[in-house]
Amino acid sequence: MGDEVTKKNKYSIIVPTYNERLNIALIVYLIFKHLKDVEFEVIIVDDGSPDGTQEIVKQLQQVYGEDRILLRARPKKLGLGTAYAHGLKHASGNFVVIMDADLSHHPKYLPAFIKKQIETGASIVTGTRYVKVGGVHGWTLMRKLTSRGANVLAQTLLWPGVSDLTGSFRLYRKSVLEDLINSCVSKGYVFQMEMIVRASRKGHHIEEVPITFVDRVYGSSKLGGSEIVEYLKGLLYLLFTT
Amino acid sequence: MKHIVKIISLLVAISALWIGLLQTSLISPDYPLMLPVYLVVSLGCYGLLMVGVGLMQFPTCPQESMLLQQDIIEAKTFLRQKGVDIGSN
Repeated sequence: MGDEVTKKNKYSIIVPTYNERLNIALIVYLIFKHLKDVEFEVIIVDDGSPDGTQEIVKQLQQVYGEDRILLRARPKKLGLGTAYAHGLKHASGNFVVIMDADLSHHPKYLPAFIKKQIETGASIVTGTRYVKVGGVHGWTLMRKLTSRGANVLAQTLLWPGVSDLTGSFRLYRKSVLEDLINSCVSKGYVFQMEMIVRASRKGHHIEEVPITFVDRVYGSSKLGGSEIVEYLKGLLYLLFTT
Repeated sequence: MKHIVKIISLLVAISALWIGLLQTSLISPDYPLMLPVYLVVSLGCYGLLMVGVGLMQFPTCPQESMLLQQDIIEAKTFLRQKGVDIGSN
């Protein structure tokens, strides 16, 4: 922890995108607005969006600089886990932030993540929606019920020591993320759960900060109908492998 | 140790305790015989209670949605000035 105070930290913010033309511009603006006096880079991993997301990213590079915004595109949709691994290969920071591009994760919380990490020396700081200062907006009763049920089930079966398992707004020490990403095989948001459960089992220091989650404003939500089945399968998988 | 092993160990320990209670017929055996049923029922009740309480106290943030809208307007104004092609509305 000592060297982190003296040595300047650099944060690589990895944002996977697919058809997030407008959102990516907004999120980049908000990142630059809220991260002052911090060395960082934004790595956008675009999976060949047909809506021109990459064009917008190139325009943003003109505004903010090609050294601050890195476009690391892939030819087609290849999944979230590999998107992080892909972004990570190009990350030059000693810390990595992963966040969604759909504005449900607001960049204004980034300073809180960084502050928490410096205060505690944690290897992972994860955003939680399930505490008083945090919260969600735009969720139906059904979604709240599913979310609650899923959470109670996971807490009872896995004892993870973290209140929000499927949230994906997190800050990782780069070496820890590299190690975790290689041991995780799940897809979608079960991947997020696997990452944090494995990290907890490996004994990494995990801290939480409250975040709010506003359901996506632009574009359609990418949640599928079979998500409950996938979640239960993921839960069982983690029960037997971690 | 895999997590499933921990849970199975816990279950085995509880079963051992239960069998022990059945063997030491200090009290009427009818009572301990029903204990596992009570355990399962109370575990279910606990789960339902946690879901219920969690649902009632689900933290929401309607103000955040409004703040986000303001941020979006601000961002769009700035980006448009810089010549970023973000569309007309």
